Amino acid sequence: MQPDNEAIAEQVFIALADPSRRGILAALASDGPATATDLANRLPITRQAIAKHLTLLAEAGLVTAEPGERRRVRYQLHSAPMQVAQQFLAAMARDWDGRLSALQTHLDR
Amino acid sequence: MAFPDRIERTLDLTHPPAKVWAALTTAEGLGTWFGNQAEIDLRRGGEAQLTWTSGDKAQLTIERIEEPKVFGFTWHIYGLPEGDPRRTYVEFTLEPAGAGTRLTVVESGFAQLPDDAHKMAFDGNTDGWGKELAELVSYLDAA
Repeated sequence: MQPDNEAIAEQVFIALADPSRRGILAALASDGPATATDLANRLPITRQAIAKHLTLLAEAGLVTAEPGERRRVRYQLHSAPMQVAQQFLAAMARDWDGRLSALQTHLDR
Repeated sequence: MAFPDRIERTLDLTHPPAKVWAALTTAEGLGTWFGNQAEIDLRRGGEAQLTWTSGDKAQLTIERIEEPKVFGFTWHIYGLPEGDPRRTYVEFTLEPAGAGTRLTVVESGFAQLPDDAHKMAFDGNTDGWGKELAELVSYLDAA
């Protein structure tokens, strides 16, 4: 794994460690692109806090801003960094220990 | 933080290699310990399908068959989208150990980089969705 991919994954995990940011990402995933004002109306987070979180999420590459007038900028989810982080999780989710123990049980029957 | 690229396990079994080989390479074996049901076309380039009662499925592409020593296949990386071309390689090695078998499993390739061509295709898909929805909207508006 290249160091830049490690950095990408690390930023994803930092982004996901905060419940407000998870809420923003979940809202964008389920309802599509939204402005900071839309998100503030939907989530129990102030508009100022939303703006701060969106900046961090944009730096992590998890959201992209559509071009537009400042207050009307819509943010949309960008999934590529999530896929890099998923690769990291995939190795831990394989569960070869569970599988090999099932193989042993099968052979011992 | 280090990205794990490979997983390796070794297991000492009291059963002879032929029996372990059958558990790894037959539909009956794979459908018992690995999946809840399995089908396998045991040849290089052949495929095996595993299904679970949970509804999960996995498709293996067989890469190496050296009976009863080496069985290798590639499969999808868990969690990545279905169309993602990246796959990990799993290799089982069976060595006789007394009356039993020393079984080693190595799964490698977790740390593959997404290739640019794929990234473009994926971003293209995302854009494609936006475009198709826009086309649907104009179609409905026109009607």
